[in-house]
Amino acid sequence: MINEKNKKVVIGMSGGVDSSVAAYLLKEQGYEVIGITMSVFRGTPEEEEREGGCCSLSSVEDARRVCYKLSIPFHVVNFREIFKTKVIDPFINEYMEGKTPNPCIACNKYIKFDEFLKKAEELGASYIATGHYATISKENGRYIMKKSEDSKKDQTYVLYNMTQYQLEHTLMPCGAYNKNEIREIAKKIGLDVHSKKDSEEICFIPDNDHGSFIKKATKGKIREGNFVDKSGKVIGRHKGIVYYTIGQRKGLNLALGRPVYVIDINPYKNEVVIGEEEDIFKKSLIAKDVNFIPFETLTKPLWVTSKIRYQAKATDALLEPLDNGRVKVTFKEKQRAITKGQSVAFYNEDIVVGGGIIEELC
Amino acid sequence: MNNIIYMDNSATTPMIKEVRDIMAYYEEIKYANASSAYNFALENKIAIDNSRREIAKALKASPNEIFFTSGGTESDNWAIKGAAIKNMARGKHIITSQIEHHAVLNSCKFLEKLGFEITYISVDNEGFIDLNELKKSIRKDTILISIMMANNEVGTVEEINMVGDLCRNSGIIFHTDAVQAFGKIPIDVNEMKIDLLSISAHKFNGPKGIGALYIRKGILIENLIHGGSQERDRRGGTYNTPAIAAMGMAAKVSMEQMKSHEEIVLKLQEILIKELLKIEGSYINGPSINKRLIGNVNIGFRGVLNETLLMILDDNNICVSAGSACQAGALEPSHVLSAMGLSESEARNSIRISLSYLNTEKEIYEIVRVIKEAVNKIRRNYKKEVI
Repeated sequence: MINEKNKKVVIGMSGGVDSSVAAYLLKEQGYEVIGITMSVFRGTPEEEEREGGCCSLSSVEDARRVCYKLSIPFHVVNFREIFKTKVIDPFINEYMEGKTPNPCIACNKYIKFDEFLKKAEELGASYIATGHYATISKENGRYIMKKSEDSKKDQTYVLYNMTQYQLEHTLMPCGAYNKNEIREIAKKIGLDVHSKKDSEEICFIPDNDHGSFIKKATKGKIREGNFVDKSGKVIGRHKGIVYYTIGQRKGLNLALGRPVYVIDINPYKNEVVIGEEEDIFKKSLIAKDVNFIPFETLTKPLWVTSKIRYQAKATDALLEPLDNGRVKVTFKEKQRAITKGQSVAFYNEDIVVGGGIIEELC
Repeated sequence: MNNIIYMDNSATTPMIKEVRDIMAYYEEIKYANASSAYNFALENKIAIDNSRREIAKALKASPNEIFFTSGGTESDNWAIKGAAIKNMARGKHIITSQIEHHAVLNSCKFLEKLGFEITYISVDNEGFIDLNELKKSIRKDTILISIMMANNEVGTVEEINMVGDLCRNSGIIFHTDAVQAFGKIPIDVNEMKIDLLSISAHKFNGPKGIGALYIRKGILIENLIHGGSQERDRRGGTYNTPAIAAMGMAAKVSMEQMKSHEEIVLKLQEILIKELLKIEGSYINGPSINKRLIGNVNIGFRGVLNETLLMILDDNNICVSAGSACQAGALEPSHVLSAMGLSESEARNSIRISLSYLNTEKEIYEIVRVIKEAVNKIRRNYKKEVI
């Protein structure tokens, strides 16, 4: 359902400096801006009280104050039910399956650029906007996404799932600036949030302790189990597979006289496999739930640069199409700790080619 | 406007113009229920947030540690009952002083009915609590200590820093009733190690019927007023936006002008005390001027019943007080003065004058004149009666 393209945009506001300045920039560009904060999670009263952190009460108040300052309308919408179904529950399930999910991928796919876009259209807007650092443009009749001006702050890794329709109806004004410029603008226009710290945690997990979060949510289903070596020999006890991730060295409590690493997690046997550092370097993976942006489907092999986690540097890799929309990704150089459940993103220089979820290693 | 001489600022204070103006704005123009979702209510939310920040700033606390209440009495009730109920599994012993406001004392009496044990520590003849006695009163099951920052009758400013240290070291929640002190003396809740603090707007040129409770982050107390989700689910009730906005403004002005107000009041206070002590048989109740809340002059005159003196002052349009009033309006003897060791007659002969920066030297000389005349007249009459 498209509204004939008007200049009305609904911007998702976290209370942080990026979305706050984005709202200002859009208003300056002549858009009719409406600010909305999505309430996606409600913690305990103690959790709600924490300062900062996305979606805490203080961040809603920050967003409200910014809208008041910019003289734009502000609303809070309740997305808690769908967020639980599409983001939190799958997050917990994947950890229980021994994977390490990135919930921001699911949130962007189902909530921010889907549910939120639908809500904006209900309000009569043609666009949604976010404070993401990414650039969207149209070239040769197709919408493409490129990395942001600020390569350090670039957030395209979590945005690879965007469809043509979503890209057509999304504005990301921060993409043209670097972070310092954004903070300067905030300061110049008198927004208190100009000096606010960036939120670096999972929005629904206070203090980043995902182990405790999952333990509480699964009520007793997390069980201790065995650390085993590559040959299957038991070498220790782990406190529950959800506490570990591939490549982890710290917190294992195994005194073996040399550094050892988590090299695999077996949820069916409730085992965590321990090995040496070279065991965590692999060359290829298979990705599922793959999305491409510059074209619809991958029909033949393609060289790209690729990264297997948010902080990784993209390096050369060959994509090969498999059945069911899956893609085999073979890196030129072995990669450290490829992890099931994480996302793999593909680039061609600055252009976001696409990405998918790491399903298995091969 | 009124041709009265108002010297009862510990009882209440007038609202100043800026406070009245902001209140009128939220009464008549932006009158939405602050909790409503529509944009008409946005400015109300901002106004409440602004007031929260002003009060936090005045206490050197965080805005999310400030909770609005209907006044000092509610804040005291909430702090004491809330802390007690929340922590009763750990212990049921509470320590407070004998000179607290009735909101504190009667909350404690209520808790006694629920099985709590209260120790009411004594004060010396200047109204100071004995820190050693306080220390000795602490037991393994002590969960709360409530000591007021400045006494409303004699102005004694307690050594709150030391009480705070003691409480922090013993792991006991520390509440202080700062209703008289706020706006007059600087308060730093972190330096003073305060966990809960009560204030009331009408004592610092704000409206009546609004106050706040400071609750240190991490200190959990049960709700007193259950209801809607206002104040982050901790205190239900539609926001009194006009009064909250007014209180924030009053707090801001008080903090800005604290020093200059103090200068004015001290000057007036010195003249008043000097002149009144010239009257034979007069005596000051409470501590020396530098340990006392500015503006507080609690003074007694031998052979002069305070009830009579107050009536004569009233006939001369002068407002001062003594002790506290019961619901019917009759004077009751002051529990504070008895706790300080005054005899019944010494207490019955004492009145409380509480000055503000709005009083003038002319008013000081007028009250002195009236009191001198009244004291002579009453003493002459008494002698007549006795004979």
